[in-house]
Amino acid sequence: MNRIGLTICSLVISVWSSMAAAETDREVQAHKMVLDLAGAFSNEGFKMRDGHWTGALKQKENALVAVNLYAGNQYWFSVGAVEPAKKIDVAVYDETGNRVTTDNYSEGEKAAAGFSPASSGQYYVSVGLIEGGESTFCLVYSYK
Amino acid sequence: MEDHGRTSHWHCRLKWLTYAPMSHFSRIAAVTVLSALGLNAAEAPRLSSDQLAKAIRNDAISIPTPGELFAALGKPGKPNWSDQFRGPIPTTYKNRPQIALNLGGLIADGFIAVEAQDGQQVKNIGTDIIKMAKALGVSENILSRGNSINDFAENNNWDALQEELEATQNEVKSSMQSHQDQDLVILVSLGGWIRGTEVVSSAILKNYNEQSARVLRQPALVNFIHTKVKDISADTLNDPLVKKVSDQLGTIEQLVAFPPGKTPTIDDIRKVHQAVNHVMAEIQEKPDKK
Repeated sequence: MNRIGLTICSLVISVWSSMAAAETDREVQAHKMVLDLAGAFSNEGFKMRDGHWTGALKQKENALVAVNLYAGNQYWFSVGAVEPAKKIDVAVYDETGNRVTTDNYSEGEKAAAGFSPASSGQYYVSVGLIEGGESTFCLVYSYK
Repeated sequence: MEDHGRTSHWHCRLKWLTYAPMSHFSRIAAVTVLSALGLNAAEAPRLSSDQLAKAIRNDAISIPTPGELFAALGKPGKPNWSDQFRGPIPTTYKNRPQIALNLGGLIADGFIAVEAQDGQQVKNIGTDIIKMAKALGVSENILSRGNSINDFAENNNWDALQEELEATQNEVKSSMQSHQDQDLVILVSLGGWIRGTEVVSSAILKNYNEQSARVLRQPALVNFIHTKVKDISADTLNDPLVKKVSDQLGTIEQLVAFPPGKTPTIDDIRKVHQAVNHVMAEIQEKPDKK
């Protein structure tokens, strides 16, 4: 490989590395935001899961995450998204795809949905972008 | 079924919690107010089976901790958690899949000890967890987790202990992933689920009530774990213990597949207990004892 080839190669690697790092930073930022929100529920006796999910938030395409819940527990699903997301929405669906009734909280790029499942089993947390541009979000949940 | 494990994170959130503002009473009040403004769920469009099938399923968030299961079991009345302690298990297994399965079981034992609020038991289990984690060659960071578990147990800080146990499990899994031991990650989760279900089914058998019995309906969860186990490398899957456990998971999946709304009978619970108890005995049995 000649010198120009090497230079282009190193430039591509450098740009790719910085993009990857930037993406990680955005995920970290989204995680921090959601911990800030979920902390409110910790104060109410909810235990926050250490496990979390970060992913891309796209226009007109809800992110759907499967969770397994237990009847008797109360749950809050908290989501934080970084700019350019302006307003997001969280909803919960049961295993047959029907939306369940939840308590909702929304504050711009942070949102949460809470409910107590009557039946143990699989549920789906849907995260949607209502206003703003494509972004990165982080989902955590709390239970008690 | 998609697994997006690549982008999941296993960091301990406790490091960040230090910086997170913890006073949010006004926000809780806002939640209550905004609840009334929520969408009418009945008016929302139903998700298609294709959409549900494409949902993200991931070890970090789709598999509940034993703590969640135990919290649900404790709702109708606090079980006698100390009754569910088991004697010390060997910590000198040679077989890596067996160590991973038992490590998951030990972490579930840690959650039981926390529910029982038995600090000494938590410390003993914490020591065994660290021994097994070291045997798998996971990161040295795990040692500091052991110290934290001891400190929290000394101070009866039960909520922090629950968080630390899950964080320890996640750190072990994260270390496994970075050491190309991906196969072992699901085995840790599986060991925890089996031990947790063994304990819960045992507690329900001792004091049956319908509300408690309903927590054992978990067909999608077992199906997810089973699918992940079947997806591990042929070498690990052909391990005699892993093969046996995987074969029995199919039966267990059917046993916990109660229709929605149906309350499992005491006979249903007994069948689940016998199945998981049998698998747990195989997991913790030391081969040289045969």
